[in-house]
Amino acid sequence: MYDFAYQKPSSVADAVKALGAEDAKALAGGQTFIPVLKQRLNKPSVVVDLARLGLAGIKVTGEAVVIGAMTTHGAVAASAEIRRAIPALANLASMIGDEAVRHRGTIGGSLANNDPSACYPSAALALGATITTDRRAIKADDFFQGMFTTALEPGEIITSVSFPVPAKAAYMKFKNPASRYAMVGVFVAKGPAGVRVAITGAGQGGVFRHAAFETALSANWSADALAGIATPADGLNSDIHASAEYRAHLIGVMARRAVAAAG
Amino acid sequence: MPQVTLTVNGKSASVEVEARTLLVELLREKLALTGTHVGCDTSQCGACVVDVDGVSVKSCTMLAVQADGAKVTTIEGLAAADGTLHPMQEMFREHHALQCGFCTPGMVMSAIDLVKSHPEGLTEAEIRHGLEGNLCRCTGYHNIVKAIAAAWPLMHGKAMPAAAE
Ligand SMILES: Cc1cc2nc3c(=O)[nH]c(=O)nc-3n(C[C@H](O)[C@H](O)[C@H](O)COP(=O)(O)OP(=O)(O)OC[C@H]3O[C@@H](n4cnc5c(N)ncnc54)[C@H](O)[C@@H]3O)c2cc1C
Ligand code: FES
Ligand code: FES
Repeated sequence: MYDFAYQKPSSVADAVKALGAEDAKALAGGQTFIPVLKQRLNKPSVVVDLARLGLAGIKVTGEAVVIGAMTTHGAVAASAEIRRAIPALANLASMIGDEAVRHRGTIGGSLANNDPSACYPSAALALGATITTDRRAIKADDFFQGMFTTALEPGEIITSVSFPVPAKAAYMKFKNPASRYAMVGVFVAKGPAGVRVAITGAGQGGVFRHAAFETALSANWSADALAGIATPADGLNSDIHASAEYRAHLIGVMARRAVAAAG
Repeated sequence: MPQVTLTVNGKSASVEVEARTLLVELLREKLALTGTHVGCDTSQCGACVVDVDGVSVKSCTMLAVQADGAKVTTIEGLAAADGTLHPMQEMFREHHALQCGFCTPGMVMSAIDLVKSHPEGLTEAEIRHGLEGNLCRCTGYHNIVKAIAAAWPLMHGKAMPAAAE
């Protein structure tokens, strides 16, 4: 790992200022960023630790679940309030990585990173979440812009994420057996933003919505409604873990299981 | 260079580190606590798991500077001063839950956190799910799962609730 300067500011304004330095990078749970640093894939001048900004916390109202950017996956998984309001979200968090990863990794880090096989982007897109930063609110539809790419400007900090409470939702993932990242993950939701199906782990451009599944489920919310709708393999990832054709097949299987689980 | 002050196994330590120093490097190289192992560089094996402020953490995936002010417990901090083993260590021995022992410090630290955070009891499936971040190349996990189930009543001072067994 290359060395860097380290700062731990105690206000969002100071953190934004620190991130204004050339090649400054934010550090949240470090569960992605530290492995990246170890591989020397990134050479920051300054690492700005977001731990002391008071960005951890969960607020649940009748209409929305609002999660602070520094809230860990473990805290989301363990939240009785989230389990009541959007059980699919708590379940998703409980299946990220492993216990130790969940104790450090955060929702803000996961969304900012937009790994094509990360879990949270599918929830944000399917539930029509709004991502709040130090300077604006961004709709999930505008936030994810291709793998490892988001609408965030350099130095922009996610402060919280708001998920509208859906009538029904579920997440199913086919795990990579070694890393437990999504080889294919499907989040289905019937909520204020209508019926939405978001696919992660599969697309070359990162998370995406599945229009054909959404049309079918809008007409008939049942796993059977998806039978016979093939997903084209074009644009899907092929790697040592799975071919694009296999991922296309898994999308159908995971989507049917998710709809069945959502009830 | 940054100065990190933390409590390790009940003792206060103040150490000069580089910003890039990992917590596991601080423990092993600065404090000579070599019980915590490094088995991979991809944050996957769990050999490096220690307890930071009450939760299990991969010490290879945390900077030492992030642990400033923290209370850290490593495998060396479990046994009593007279050498009496922690119940989890005792059950690992009793149930033959280790062979080469490389994964064992991380397994034991993860297992203790798992048992502590499940006062309602643990099913075998929950134990296996809880160990997903710890790889063992020797035992096949079966005896590790048995050891953890056996440590639950010792750590909670009562029988495991029947529903969880
Ligand atoms: C073994 C292992 C298994 C994993 N399995 C899964 C899995 O199954 N599913 C899954 O989804 N993820 C998985 N992860 C990734 C994990 O969820 C990470 O915690 C997450 O992707 C990044 O969050 P972090 O808080 O650790 O962020 P960091 O690693 O600290 O940061 C990641 C990136 O986001 C930026 N960033 C962080 N916070 C903010 C913010 N608030 N505002 C702006 N930018 C920010 C950082 O600058 C950095 O570029 C796994 C990781 C490991 C090590
Ligand atoms: S050494 Fe930390 S996870 Fe492998
Ligand atoms: S006992 Fe050898 S790796 Fe687990």
